[in-house]
Formats: sequence, structure tokens, C-alpha cells
Amino acid sequence: MCTSRTLLVFFLAVLFGFSAQVQAGDASDIGTSVTDAELSAFFAILPDGEGLPAGSGNAVQGSAIYAEKCAMCHGDKLEGIYDTGAPPLAGGANSLATKQPLKTIESYWPYATTLYDYIWRTMPFHEPGSLTADEVYALSAYILSVGKIIGENEVMDAQSLPKVRMPNADGFYVDPGPDRLIYRPGKASRAKK
Amino acid sequence: MSQGSETAARAQEEVEECPCKEGMKPDVDVARRRLLLSAAAITAMPGQLAAATPAKAPPGAVLYDVPDDATKVMGRPLLEDGGYGTRSQFETAVRMRADNPNDMTSWSFTPLADTIGNLTPSGLHYERHHGGIPAIDPAMHYLYVHGLVDEPKKFSVADIKRLPSITRKYFIECSGNTLDEWSKPKGKNVQVTHGLLSTSEWTGVPFATFARHVGLKDNASWVLGEGADAAVMTRSIPLDKMLSDGLIAYGQNGEALRPEQGYPLRLVLPGYEGNMMIKWLRRLQVSDRPFMTREETGRYTGLMPDGRARQFYYAMDAKSVITFPSGEMMLPKPGHYQIRGIAWTGRGRVQAVDISLDGGKNWVPARLDDVPEPMCTVRFSYPWYWDGKPAVLQSRCIEDSGYVQPTRSDLVALRGEHFVYHYNAIQSWAVAADGSVTNVHV
Repeated sequence: MCTSRTLLVFFLAVLFGFSAQVQAGDASDIGTSVTDAELSAFFAILPDGEGLPAGSGNAVQGSAIYAEKCAMCHGDKLEGIYDTGAPPLAGGANSLATKQPLKTIESYWPYATTLYDYIWRTMPFHEPGSLTADEVYALSAYILSVGKIIGENEVMDAQSLPKVRMPNADGFYVDPGPDRLIYRPGKASRAKK
Repeated sequence: MSQGSETAARAQEEVEECPCKEGMKPDVDVARRRLLLSAAAITAMPGQLAAATPAKAPPGAVLYDVPDDATKVMGRPLLEDGGYGTRSQFETAVRMRADNPNDMTSWSFTPLADTIGNLTPSGLHYERHHGGIPAIDPAMHYLYVHGLVDEPKKFSVADIKRLPSITRKYFIECSGNTLDEWSKPKGKNVQVTHGLLSTSEWTGVPFATFARHVGLKDNASWVLGEGADAAVMTRSIPLDKMLSDGLIAYGQNGEALRPEQGYPLRLVLPGYEGNMMIKWLRRLQVSDRPFMTREETGRYTGLMPDGRARQFYYAMDAKSVITFPSGEMMLPKPGHYQIRGIAWTGRGRVQAVDISLDGGKNWVPARLDDVPEPMCTVRFSYPWYWDGKPAVLQSRCIEDSGYVQPTRSDLVALRGEHFVYHYNAIQSWAVAADGSVTNVHV
């Protein structure tokens, strides 16, 4: 089939004399095929756990790693330190509907897998990408346990982490806008009711 | 500055510069020229008065001797600038850093009141970094396209430049632009209130071209973009958006992307929040579902008053702001002025812009100074006679869909005060009887 199409193209090109245009459309030689091995350097972890590596850790192990590698920016109690630019990691439970909402992993993040992905991706801030899989599991477990989302001795791994139910798991809904109420006359007064 | 003090200052300078020959102290004449300028300048632009501080070239400029009469001395030869060029030593507008503790994860504002025309000079494009600005050798950089594709591939920067390109003008706005205005009028000037907005001419290859090169599986519906910076920034983008106008850009305003803007490759998603337009783009992973990265869950989601949060609010809604007169400026006296501003929308084109001189009671059409393009800013203006009485100036953007930029009270009534992102309410500048201009909420 390929051969006959090539012949046809060739015939048409000769017939109409614009071979360059006809052949330039494909450009399939641009780009290089890559193997799974080459792609294994990358990761992105989905809420169902796809992409999580082998390894494991618990909060007790994570506590020691946190003290050594995280506390100087995020604070001994995960409270965040403004001067380092590091946000709080825990706290804020039941604050989201109040006048002073505190959005943390504990109070706001809907998926535990996001925690693993983010720590592995870019922490510690001054040494990103330096943690082992076990360390990331342990730190995830520690941060989740401080927020009382899991117990101190629960082991986090590729099976257990996606099963952790975050307190704010149902706190999000898809709404790309624009706000429908914008189109209502007298919208401000009505929306307040 | 009075005439007397100006003369005194000049006399003192002449004493100091007396032994100098031409070119020996290139900054002396600049200092004098600046003093003259500042004395003569109307006081409408206090930001420019700060430029009167002499002796040091503004960023991007070189100090040259300024003769009294440039027709009587030979100018400098070409290419003294090394071949890239500098701006005039009298131009001082710069980006301003945000008041954040850590410059590696922070942002800088475009000086909107100082930019001219529709395009933002690349060196003044606002910045937002989450792990600093990486230095990347384009010869070592690849874009990987993989996941739910028939044949995963990597493309070198040279490969990408061999593909057919398109060039379009789009704005990019940080979804956190104007985020300090939900509760109180906090920003002192328009650079702070609205300066996370810039417009460039972008050149690159549509994602659809890459899609044809790798082949999309039937269940492909999302694409993860990933950056090669220390934040390894990731966002999930709906495939529909990627295929309609997603652009892998390598050019900005006629040259390569600036490092702060993602050199050598960035994603451009017209009209969407800036965070999604992954800089230093190294990877596109096609998927059948969103990845729920930190930046689309814990950040860049909108908290509503009931404690729930809106997710995947991507487009930047219609918005506008008056850049002259604006916060911290001073109108020297009653008289004729051109109100000037910028309007934009991430959902289409700007159809019209209205101006109010009385805090939103009455509206009149402004003039559009250029032709609206999709997902692009426009400049507007309005000839105004200020009678010297207090006034509250506002602008509102009307999108081609008919959507009208909301008032602040409307927006707060809809979303509360903790939505953080996507603030697009009408901005109010109060002009006092003494001509001073301040940020107010009405």
C-alpha cells in the first residue's frame, strides 16, 4: 500500500511539477523514538497510585528525616516559617469555611499521592530530587500522621498510600467558570441570600 | 524644584565638573540633564521622578556623555554596545520584586504604567518562579512526548525548529494577579495591583503537530506538562485545549525566550492562568485523567465561602485597569488628560471598554487604541478634562461573548474573600482635589 501511494505521489508530482510541496507535508523523520528505559527517569504519580515506586516508610522513620532535612524551613511543628518561604504543612482542620481558612496538606489537600509526588519532585528546597523512595514514603507518613490522618506506625508504600483518605477529599468540584450568577441582574444582593 | 534651587544645583555641578574633559566623567552631564528634566517634568509620574538619582545607569542602559547640543559633536560609533543594543539611559522602568522572603519562589511585577503599546518588552515580562531560574543549554534539552501515544518520541530544540511554526500575540496573566484586593485596597500602584500581566508575540509549534508525530490513543484526554527547573513544575492540561491552541513556544518578541520565561521551551495556553504555561518544558505525558499535582489541588484552586473549592478554573476572565492616572501618581493641575489603560480576556476578544469617572454610576465608551485579537490585551484611552474635583476612575472590560467585568462587590458576593486566584473585578482609582491618586474600593 505504501509503495503504491508513493508511486501515486510520484506520478502526481511529475504530472503537476510540485514535488517539493507534496513530499514536505510529512516530516516524520523529525524526532527520535524513545524507549521505556529512557522514560523511566521521569515520574508523575496519579491519585490511584500509578507511578509510585517500590519502597516504604512510616512516621517514626519520617520524623527523624524531617528533623534533619525539613524542619529548618517548615518548622519543628510543621507550622511553616514565613522567613524561609516554606508554608505550613499541617493544621487548619475545619478552618476552610471560616473567616481565617488555613489551607495545609492536612486541611486542604485531597490526595495523599500528591504529597509523595511533590516531595519526591522538588524537596528539600535546597537539594531537590535528593531523597530516596523510602525517605519520601517515610516523610509522607510523618506529615500525614502529624495531621492524625494515619497512625504513627502505619507503613506507607505503593499500595497503602493511595488508600489514605484525606479529610478534604470531597472538598473540590470542577467549575471552569465564568460564575453563572454574574449574568443575573442585581446579582450581588441575590447572591448574599 | 524652584528656578533658584535649580540654578544653584547646576552651579555646584559646574564646579565639580570643571576639570573634566569630554568623556572623562560620562555621568556628570547625565546628572545635570536629569535635574533639568525633573524640574521641567510635570509631577504626574512620581515613578519617573525617582529617576532623577544620577550617576548609575538604569538596568539595560549605559551612561553616555550628553552634550548640550548633539548637533555640534560627533555621536558614538555603531556596535559600541557589542551588537545587542541597550535602552536609553533616561529610561528607568524595571520589574519590581514582590515582598516575599525567598527570591527563589517569588514573583516580580511588570511596570504597566511605563510600558508603551501592546507588547511587553521581554525584559519587563512579569516573573513567577517556584524553584529559581534554571540555566539550560538548548543543545542538551529535549521535549519528550509520551504516555497514551502510539510512538513515544523526544524532540531536540533543533528538531522543533525544523517543524512548521506559528506566531501569535497572547497575554499571560498569573492567576494570582490582583490577589491582594479581595478584602482591602492594598496595592499602592498599578504595578503591584495588576503587574502579573504581560503580553508577547510568541513563536512556536502547535501541540497538534507533535500529536500527529507520536499518534494519540483513543482514550487520550489529558496532557501533563513538566518543567526542567528545580520545582520540576507540573500541571495537567485538558487535551482539547492542547489540540485547539496549545503552543510549544521557543520565540518571544522576535528572539529566543528569555531564561525567566522558560528558555529554551515553554508551553503557551492562550487565555489560561499563567501557572499552566509550563516553562523550561521538557516533557508532555498524555493520559486519560488528570494527575492532581500540587499545583492543581493544594494551589491554584478557589476556596468558596462554604469551605469547598473550585478546581480547574483555567481561563482568566475579562479584566481591565486604568494605568494613567493610577496609584501614587499626582495630577499637577486641572486640565486635559488622556486616561489610558489595558483590557484583556482569556475567553475571547475584548469587544469594548467603558470608563466611569464617578465610581461606577455612569459609564461612557473608551477608545480602543489597537485591534482586539483573541486572548490578547488591548490598550484603551479616553480624553478627559479634569475639573479639579475629586473623582473615582474605573474601567470595565466587555468581552465579545457579552460578559461584562464585574464590580468588586459582585465578585466578593459570589466567591467570598478567600478565593485568592482569578480576581478580575473593576479597579477604582480615586483622584483627590490635590491631584493625588490612590487605590480605593467603592
